[in-house]
Amino acid sequence: MTTRMLNWFMSSETSWFAPIIKLCKGENPKDQINTIFKTVGVPVIAFMIFLVLWSASASRVQTSLGQVPGPVAVMEQAQNLLAEHRAERQKAADFYERQRIRNEAKLAKDPQAEVKWRTYNGRPTYMDQIWTSLYTVFSGFLLASLLAIPLGIVCGLNQTTYSALDPLIQIFKPVSPLAWLPIVTMVVSAVYVSDDPMFPKSFVNSAITVTLCCLWPTLINTAVGVANIDKDLINVSRVLRLSWFAQLRKIVLPAAIPMMFTGLRLSLGVGWMVLIAAEMLAQNPGLGKFVWDEFQNGSSNSLGRIMVAVLTIGFIGFLLDRLMLSLQRAVSWDKSSASR
Amino acid sequence: MSTPYLKIEQVSIEFPTPKGPFKALDKVNLKISRGEFVSLIGHSGCGKSTVLNIVAGLYKATEGGVVLEGKEVDEPGPERAVVFQHHSLLPWLSVYDNVRLAVDTVFKKTMNKAERDAWTRHNLELVHMSHALEKRPGEISGGMKQRVGIARALAMKPKVLLMDEPFGALDALTRAHLQDSLMEIQTELNNTVIMITHDVDEAVLLSDRIVMMTNGPAATVGEILEIDLPRPRNRLQLANDPHYNHLRAEVLSFLHDRHSRKDVA
Repeated sequence: MTTRMLNWFMSSETSWFAPIIKLCKGENPKDQINTIFKTVGVPVIAFMIFLVLWSASASRVQTSLGQVPGPVAVMEQAQNLLAEHRAERQKAADFYERQRIRNEAKLAKDPQAEVKWRTYNGRPTYMDQIWTSLYTVFSGFLLASLLAIPLGIVCGLNQTTYSALDPLIQIFKPVSPLAWLPIVTMVVSAVYVSDDPMFPKSFVNSAITVTLCCLWPTLINTAVGVANIDKDLINVSRVLRLSWFAQLRKIVLPAAIPMMFTGLRLSLGVGWMVLIAAEMLAQNPGLGKFVWDEFQNGSSNSLGRIMVAVLTIGFIGFLLDRLMLSLQRAVSWDKSSASR
Repeated sequence: MSTPYLKIEQVSIEFPTPKGPFKALDKVNLKISRGEFVSLIGHSGCGKSTVLNIVAGLYKATEGGVVLEGKEVDEPGPERAVVFQHHSLLPWLSVYDNVRLAVDTVFKKTMNKAERDAWTRHNLELVHMSHALEKRPGEISGGMKQRVGIARALAMKPKVLLMDEPFGALDALTRAHLQDSLMEIQTELNNTVIMITHDVDEAVLLSDRIVMMTNGPAATVGEILEIDLPRPRNRLQLANDPHYNHLRAEVLSFLHDRHSRKDVA
């Protein structure tokens, strides 16, 4: 039982956990403590040093918005943001409670009475903004994947198509989202006209900008994965006389999956970076807009709140990368391609 | 010799290179009867694999052609199954699924599901791989992968089994095991086999005839040696057999002294 548990821990992301179990079982305590120090101790100490340096250097810089916040001030602002979120949720709950009581009272008096159910229109809290950002980035990423994977497969299968598209890919790949956004905004305003739009325009602008920037890694990696398939495997398929479609489905696509997922993982990373910039300009109510609004707001708390956003963005980016890595490991036959 | 089952007639091939066409093979002729085990031996780069690939249909001969049972070969097909040097198993499929893919493709119309399952298992049994059906190629040794590769080729019920240095990448002990397995299977199925090798002992031990090829460019068949050793053959007993050693010496002397084209001609 314990060995099985051990294997699980060793195989998963939590390999630092294994020496702790071994330590509890009393195997070579000295070795285990050494391993624990190397895997857990060193990063923790490095982080501490970072906090100390940050705190020391932040207090030396005075800006027009006051001192640059140190770790303590940032922690305070994080708690404030959480408290504001809770307060806002409480207000919403109170609003619905009052409405329910009012309407029930009305109906009790006169069952035929017309009652109105309104939705609460509060400010989006920090948590709401995180969700908006995630929702936007995944929409853009999904759209990009739907375009890039089939296109990448075609490019990988057909050298002529690849030669045709290669200059376009090379030119558009390095373009910054900030350059795309004005064009996207104008095109969306011109094309996406409806009285009752399903999605707000700011969301569509941000999502499409994300799409334009995170198409490329998936497209290129898929194409390379498909094009570089082992020639012997193609020969196997020829000996078996697989049809074109069967060869694609049974040999080419599975062979390209590891590269495809490497591309998807890069794309999501790019998409998340791009999103923050896009939201700032497009005023999509997410983390980017939050940062921009705080900057414009210019209160003495602003820098601290922006710092909270910076850390949140980093942490979510890290989680997204881990998510893609796990997904890559789960579907990929080539475990070495998903090691880092 | 009975009527030829497989005929390689006047086969020449040229590959385009930046410096003009390169003639790899020149007028290769070979007749193989049903159930015969023929080895092609020669120095590296002499075009042994090219001959095999032409028989497989993976390359097209520039001149001449290959006729199998009276029909000309013009494309690859499962009746000329290939065991590749580097196993070429699909790394994302299990051992069973690798063989099953071949069985499903070749016998889509002639066997039902249960029969295909049984046939897949039977062929893996034949190469002693029944214990690892669910393993992926990445999880088994090189020798085991080659066994699965052989099972996959056998499962196609080929008229000719083509083996491209099947044991070339294996260590000596594993190679000996696989050679014994192959002889065992051969006794049972009596397939027609063309095997490429650069190992003299392997060629003498397994073959009915050894075709020795001259060095390229424009390589061709140099000499053909009949191996009339009685079967079943046992590697240990043969080691002290004077006739076996004589045959072995014949091949060696060809490879060392008479391999260039003008010597043969």
